[in-house]
Amino acid sequence: MIRDHFRVLVVNLSSGKGQVVQLDGRYTEAGGSGLAALLFQKYGHPERPWSDPDQPVLFAIGPLTGYFPLMSKTVCSFKSPYHDQYTESHAGGRSALSLCFANLDALVIVGRSERLCCLTLSSRSLDIKDVGFMKGMDVDESGKLFREMSPGSGHRTILRIGPAGENGAAMSCINVDTYRHFGRLGGGAALGVKNLKGIIIHGDAIFSQPDNKEYSRLYSEVYKQVTATDMMKKYHNLGTPANLQGLNDIKSLPWRNLQATSDPAIEAINGERFATDTLLRNSACSGCPVGCIHVGYVREMFNANHRYTFKQVAYDYEPIFSLGTMLNVTDARSVLNILDVMEKTGLDAMSGGVALAWATEATEKGLISDKETGVRLSFGDAEAYQHATEMLGNCSNDFYRLLGQGSLKAAAEYGGAEFACVLGQEMAGYATGEVFFAAQSLGFRHSHLDSGGYSYDQKHAEQDIDGVVDFLISDEAGRAFMTSMVSCLFARGVYKDDLLGSCLTSVGYPELAANIGRTGVHIQKLRWQTRIATGFTPEAITIPRRFYKIETWKGPIDPIYLNSLKNAYGKAIIALAGS
Amino acid sequence: MCALGFPLSGWHIMKKLTTPRIDRCIGCHSCTLACARLVHKRISWDTAGIRIKSSGGLTTGFKASHCLACDPAPCASACPTSAFSRRRGGGVIVKKKLCINCGDCVAACPVDAIFQDYTGAVYVCIHCGRCVDFCPHNCLQMEEMGGNTEEEESA
Repeated sequence: MIRDHFRVLVVNLSSGKGQVVQLDGRYTEAGGSGLAALLFQKYGHPERPWSDPDQPVLFAIGPLTGYFPLMSKTVCSFKSPYHDQYTESHAGGRSALSLCFANLDALVIVGRSERLCCLTLSSRSLDIKDVGFMKGMDVDESGKLFREMSPGSGHRTILRIGPAGENGAAMSCINVDTYRHFGRLGGGAALGVKNLKGIIIHGDAIFSQPDNKEYSRLYSEVYKQVTATDMMKKYHNLGTPANLQGLNDIKSLPWRNLQATSDPAIEAINGERFATDTLLRNSACSGCPVGCIHVGYVREMFNANHRYTFKQVAYDYEPIFSLGTMLNVTDARSVLNILDVMEKTGLDAMSGGVALAWATEATEKGLISDKETGVRLSFGDAEAYQHATEMLGNCSNDFYRLLGQGSLKAAAEYGGAEFACVLGQEMAGYATGEVFFAAQSLGFRHSHLDSGGYSYDQKHAEQDIDGVVDFLISDEAGRAFMTSMVSCLFARGVYKDDLLGSCLTSVGYPELAANIGRTGVHIQKLRWQTRIATGFTPEAITIPRRFYKIETWKGPIDPIYLNSLKNAYGKAIIALAGS
Repeated sequence: MCALGFPLSGWHIMKKLTTPRIDRCIGCHSCTLACARLVHKRISWDTAGIRIKSSGGLTTGFKASHCLACDPAPCASACPTSAFSRRRGGGVIVKKKLCINCGDCVAACPVDAIFQDYTGAVYVCIHCGRCVDFCPHNCLQMEEMGGNTEEEESA
């Protein structure tokens, strides 16, 4: 797997054939994010719409995948159904090691199958099967069938979409091995429009270990750091939900469609409560001993004769924000019940919850009614949200079809754009202040993980436009290198540049090790150039009025500061892409 | 030294790999990757003496495929060239140089513990215990096999 080029499988669903392609760029684009942008420049069509059959969906891993702990993520990139521009989404599960052990640096899917199909591959096989019988099937059921139909139990990844993806919802996700997701910006629809229900990758290749003692020593050192020290404790103890209480305490947790930033009711759905009341067990991405996946359970009696149904639902900070605090659902099991429906329909739970929060406030204000929503939406009514989620995933009427394209699309038809909680896409759960609002609005993935804006807000009360922009730009470059390795970003405290350099050298990439900073900047620029070529302009993104009306620990949002930050950050992005 | 480079001479307390707390497994594959890396010098999910699978989907937890140290070992009995020989106390001693890649040991194993790659080479747990320290949840354990036993000398 250590090689001076990229080995890429290009599968054309129109012809049913695949082609192995060798590509230069290992020492400039590295892998992951860099490789995905390189491949989009080769196979993408910036001027054509996302739904064009020739548009590629790309999956890329990095030079350290499979060789070190927590190098366990895959970058999926595509032209987004949400904004019709180039984007990335990241996920773990077994996807990264499966691609590695399929002897591929990337998988490129182009074309469109005439009928619903699944793609199965390994290092020595490629097969496209008709799965017309799965049309409309939910994520859970299709996963069970794919398991039966495919080889490689334990050593494979099963990516699949639900009805939301088949129906073209721009907030549909690609489910990865049940508990992980390429969640944001409509990857599900990008596969759905190709009539591709699932991708099963069996990792059956065998590689020689790097022939030096330093590799084994480094592996053990990294393993020790991530397991025997407290560096990763926050991820495997309560997990990311531990942040719910803290952000609520500093008035930075969105409640009821961001009508508030703090509420005492958090005690019923904070990380401690979820762990105590619902946590069933932990799980891990392959190659990561941290095990940050928290699987909760719901047990419900569906028949008076003590007949029960039992659900296992993986929870994180973000879905508890989007389906809990944003919807004012303050019971842990109710949050999991809504999340379970999101999972089954194949919706991104973050976007779906925020969209339903907008719909609830639009209902309160009389802009929409049961006629559109099918069920009366009101904050706190978990059962209604389960029904609404099903309708949203199935795009069951014109309203839900439009809402599935994004809250602002629905608001353009029904009104209420001023309270749509959209920052480039439906917001992440951080009402930390001006820096984060500007950062998510213009961030490459519109993700809180594009840069540390949410963290900056929590440490800096002072206003410093130049300092913030410098921070966001330089922080993003470092993360772009990490997501080209492809590391889990939870490990960014462990994989400092020195350690990354040692790891790269030990497996045979001293050139990359010597140029980490420069390569990160290059990849950052390449990604933005690719995005800009598909239509990105900072001026086209507006921040809805709701974000100007809130109060955080720093006090009321300063609208002048927020606008100035957004303008300056936008100019800096355009400058870096053109430099 | 055995074919894999570990000292075998002298008297030892024979131990075997066990999985007494496999219910704690999170499916990270660290044990598999450690065995492949440290014992077999490979980067792989397959070329390891312990391999982790979900037991019917990720919602049902995990199980470990590994040698259960049968005594006598049916795989050793099935081996036509003595590449696999009986290890006192249970399990097998592997002499790779004698292996003709026939795969009879794979068929003979009742618990699917032996992996055969596409070249025909086979991989089985040698109960060295190097995977144990790489389990973050302490699922694995080396257990004594009942008193001191002299190991057979390996080629």
